[in-house]
Amino acid sequence: MLSFSSYFSVQYIFIFFPVVLVLYAVFPQKIRRIVLLLASFSFFWAVSGKLIIFMLLSIIGIHHAGLWISSLQKDCAHILETAQKGEKKQIKAYYQKKQRSAAAFCVAIHIGILLVLKYTPFFSVNINTLLEALNLPQVRIPAFALPIGISFYTMQAVSYIFDVYRQKISADRNMMRLALFMSFFPQLMEGPICRYNETAHRLWEAPKLQFHNFSLGMQRILFGVMKKVVIADRLNLFIKTVFTGYADYHGLTIAVAAVCYTIQLYMDFSGTMDLVIGTAQIFGIRLPENFRRPFFSKTISEFWQRWHITLGAWFKDYIFYPLSMSKPLKKLSSRARRRVGNHFGPLAAGSIALFCVWIANGLWHGAGWHYIFFGMYHFALILAGNIIEPAAARLTKFLHIRRTHFLWRCFQIVRTAILVCIGELFFRAHGLRAGLAMFKKIITDFSLDSQNIQSLFSLGMDKHDFLIAAIGVLIIFVISLLQENRIAVREQIARRGLIIRFSVCYALIMFIIIFGAYGTGYVPVDPIYATF
Amino acid sequence: MNKLIEILEDIQPGIDYTTCTDLIDGRRISSLSIISLVVELEDAFDITIPAVEIIPANFNSAQSLWQMIVRLQEEG
Repeated sequence: MLSFSSYFSVQYIFIFFPVVLVLYAVFPQKIRRIVLLLASFSFFWAVSGKLIIFMLLSIIGIHHAGLWISSLQKDCAHILETAQKGEKKQIKAYYQKKQRSAAAFCVAIHIGILLVLKYTPFFSVNINTLLEALNLPQVRIPAFALPIGISFYTMQAVSYIFDVYRQKISADRNMMRLALFMSFFPQLMEGPICRYNETAHRLWEAPKLQFHNFSLGMQRILFGVMKKVVIADRLNLFIKTVFTGYADYHGLTIAVAAVCYTIQLYMDFSGTMDLVIGTAQIFGIRLPENFRRPFFSKTISEFWQRWHITLGAWFKDYIFYPLSMSKPLKKLSSRARRRVGNHFGPLAAGSIALFCVWIANGLWHGAGWHYIFFGMYHFALILAGNIIEPAAARLTKFLHIRRTHFLWRCFQIVRTAILVCIGELFFRAHGLRAGLAMFKKIITDFSLDSQNIQSLFSLGMDKHDFLIAAIGVLIIFVISLLQENRIAVREQIARRGLIIRFSVCYALIMFIIIFGAYGTGYVPVDPIYATF
Repeated sequence: MNKLIEILEDIQPGIDYTTCTDLIDGRRISSLSIISLVVELEDAFDITIPAVEIIPANFNSAQSLWQMIVRLQEEG
């Protein structure tokens, strides 16, 4: 029986994936889609066992709700054809209400299951704290096992229902196609969060394997493995040591740990995305990108347009715009714009919608106050950035600073990276209190004396470990810089002759084998985003 | 169309709306400007713009915005 701790486990890379690939290659198209579906369910079963029932219920639920909403839309259109002009508005409103109820019912069940399974302990602990303060008897704290990827597939399910409701897509009669869209195994654990119109039909098409896709996909998988095994896993011991025993360390050590954790999170998550998107590419499926070189961002807003893109897009499409476009907020926006102008007017309504987005974003990442703090921290930064923008523009003009100048852009990039690292410190800390204590140490106990610097190399990583991680980061930086300048590195390599292509792959494999952090003395980082 | 260009220039000046075709994709207008724009367009053209219409294909240029306005007016 296989069991997978992550997409980087030996069982997944050397047994599961090759077996699925061979079966996919040998069967005709009609069977290939079934191979993908059975592989996806097997994968889910291997990770979460009986909890697959939640995924199956979700598939059945959105299939039925989609058809229900669709039939209401058809009934409405049919009646409108023969209705008198004066009646049309009433009929539309009546059916609109029915559709909204159907969609809300299905979405409420999905969000309800997620809330119960993921957040019950968090809410119970907080209720108990309140009850304790009031000298009342406490409630029992239940614990539920979480099906793998529930936060990801729930969002796909909700987007499907909303898109059918908004008539952006037609409801799918084929439950198997919907099941494959929801459970496609490479994206099950950590996304990307796909939309039905992006992937469902291509997945069901189950295209024939092609060498070009295989070659590009394998390159991308190797690149992802390098990010994960050479950099993220190597940094793990140092990060664990400092974040667990933060009280014993100086501000410098904590600051370095915060930077290392930010690098680790990026390498782990974007490395997994490289593996996921590369795997899908081998099958001829194009999954949406989740990262676009986030550390080249000049503002926090831009950072979130480049980091976990599919999550940000989901919040924008299903929370930010629907809230901003609601009648009360539209009114507020219109009035405020007339009173305080173009910039601050929409900011009033936008900030309310933004607040809801960042509460949801914080909670989506986990049930804990430090996750809510993480969301509020980014909300405050984005809001502050918008508020001070006109003043900042005037100030730079007054000081004759060209905002497109290279040095000014570098300053913005470094400033954004520092703000991100502070946010990630709270994100990784063992609770909000620990995060605040660690941040306080960086401010009050920071010193660059040689003893402090030397002590960095005795916390799970020696000088060589730091050097290897730095070389890995440098390689990623150079590739990112090329991509930022619109040079498609993989495509460029793919256009070269066989010897160069083979050499690049060989060099990458050797780099992973020689410099990868595995075996005795290393603890691979758990798939961070799979726990959200 | 002139009325639309006037609204756009009022909300976010400094862009040549007659030629620009990447207002969203080129990140030339922010999500906050989009909120203003939607509110103003609804008032000016007596339409309702649902959230589902807020996509780059509709908001990337003055021309595509105009096509959306005409379509929503026809749909009533």
